[in-house]
Amino acid sequence: MTTFAFEAEGLVKRFKKTTALDGIDLAARQGTVLGVLGPNGAGKTTAVRILATLLRPDAGRAVVGGFDVLRDAAKVRRTIGLTGQYASVDEDLTGMENLVLIGQLLDLRGTEARARASELLAEFGLSEAGGRTAKTYSGGMRRRLDLAASLVGRPDVIYLDEPTTGLDPAKREDVWGIIRRLVGDGVTILLTTQYLEEADALADDISVIDRGKVIANGTPAELKRVVGGQTVFVRTADPERVTEAAAILADIAGRPAESPGRGMATVPVVGDTAFTEIVRRIDAAGIRVTELSLHLPKLDEVFFTLTGRHTEDEAA
Amino acid sequence: MTITVDQAASVAVSPATRPFTRTRHILALARRSLIKTMRTPEQLIDVTLQPIIFVLVYVYLLGGAVAGNTHDYLQFLLPAIMVQTVLFGGMATGVNLNTDIKKGVFDRFRSLPIARSAPLIGSVLGDLIRYVVAMVSLFIAGYILGFRIGTNLPATVAACLLTMGFTFCVSWIIVLFGVLMREPGGVQGTAFLVLFPLTFGTTMITPASTLPGWLQTWVNVNPVNHMMEAARGLMVGGPVAEHLPWVGFWSIGLLAVFAPLAVRAYRRRT
Ligand SMILES: Nc1ncnc2c1ncn2[C@@H]1O[C@H](COP(=O)(O)OP(=O)(O)OP(=O)(O)O)[C@@H](O)[C@H]1O
Ligand SMILES: [Mg+2]
Repeated sequence: MTTFAFEAEGLVKRFKKTTALDGIDLAARQGTVLGVLGPNGAGKTTAVRILATLLRPDAGRAVVGGFDVLRDAAKVRRTIGLTGQYASVDEDLTGMENLVLIGQLLDLRGTEARARASELLAEFGLSEAGGRTAKTYSGGMRRRLDLAASLVGRPDVIYLDEPTTGLDPAKREDVWGIIRRLVGDGVTILLTTQYLEEADALADDISVIDRGKVIANGTPAELKRVVGGQTVFVRTADPERVTEAAAILADIAGRPAESPGRGMATVPVVGDTAFTEIVRRIDAAGIRVTELSLHLPKLDEVFFTLTGRHTEDEAA
Repeated sequence: MTITVDQAASVAVSPATRPFTRTRHILALARRSLIKTMRTPEQLIDVTLQPIIFVLVYVYLLGGAVAGNTHDYLQFLLPAIMVQTVLFGGMATGVNLNTDIKKGVFDRFRSLPIARSAPLIGSVLGDLIRYVVAMVSLFIAGYILGFRIGTNLPATVAACLLTMGFTFCVSWIIVLFGVLMREPGGVQGTAFLVLFPLTFGTTMITPASTLPGWLQTWVNVNPVNHMMEAARGLMVGGPVAEHLPWVGFWSIGLLAVFAPLAVRAYRRRT
């Protein structure tokens, strides 16, 4: 029998006329990362808030660390750490005061709370900023303080609601590093994101949600198979020779290449060897390229494949 | 920069089962409110200057007309203004709470294994210190203008403590608005609508005998009026005993009704 660190079944949540969750199932095994991938308004935050005991579902059931979120909310709260989508640090307090307060609320003794706070500030590169009010922090620093705050009590299950949205690529890598370390220590993580790339890099399993429903579910590899895997992109140094490159792409992919612009060609590929094969053939043909890359599909493309709609339709 | 997170690191995190858990949580959260108040001097200036301005305006505009001279009027007015000041101070609690909830700071508290009421009680308690600041500055200004305690120091301290206890109970009405409403501005407006008849439907600025009959009826049941009369009695002399039961009754009643309502609303707020 598999033991799930958290498991939700048939969660339904309505806000007046909007159905935010329409019978959603989510589960993660101990020590794994579940990536919840979905566009704006899909219901990611709502699901996290139910699992964090901040919202009561209208229907369905959720169990975290063996405790029911409704009946044993207090025990669930001892198990979890939450980093919400919108930074929930107190701007008028210093980084240190923020973390010490949480330590005190988690029943650490004064000295313990301060030691734990300094330790976390050091781990997140905030030691120097620890004495300043969070008001003065940059976006990335706030995010890190927020993450640190959710780790004070060494929770077994951590919810990270879009932890990298709005961060520059280097800061994003930092956060990814933190997440990998946490998983290495046996923590179970629920990570919501709008980037397939991020879910692919971190998650053991991915649930794609749309309009409050899970529309696809599986390992990153399975999901990529469903959505047509990756895309190869090439830009030739001599735009005239792009037709030759396109022919090579088409040959290996087994389908015609598209041209997103002058001197460019792109084609979806499947299999582990397609890209290296393309590199070899282009090299052998003596075609010089200024760019040759392999991309995961964008969330929008994933959506289009799975639902036949683009994510922009949500806004309408 | 490298970030390492070592879950098995040096500091032991072993939530000890210690007594008075909830009290400690409330005090930690009250301390947070206090720090915030100290770091936002605008709020302190507000509670410090506003009562002094009220005193100046009333004393010099109405003093002669109501009491014949400004000194007697100041003796009459100051204890009541003290009650008003502290009550208005309680309005800020609701506004601050609303801001905290909106910003998501309270989401973190709600995800922690602490009593749901702790963040609310902590905020209300932490704000009491603002009242102390307001009272002290009011007394200093009053003293300079010529106010003198007519009874004794213990009675005056009792008046201050009674006012703070009373406000602690009344402010749960505003806490309820703070939790229920969507915008801090709305909280301010609604709180004012509630506080206005409570603070001005009193003998704060004129004796009851000058008021029309219907207003006297309201004044007689208005809890804030009884609080003001009691404060007056304790500070400058006059009947106290007849007002105390009213103050106690209303304080306990408002607390018993509005504190649970506020906690309930807070628990349900999405
Ligand atoms: N408190 C609320 N009151 C009313 N409607 C809400 C509330 N919270 C969420 N909703 C609605 O529920 C739906 C799902 O919202 P949710 O915040 O869970 O989406 P999300 O996937 O987190 O989106 P985003 O990527 O923008 O954060 C949206 O249509 C949203 O407008
Ligand atoms: Mg969200």
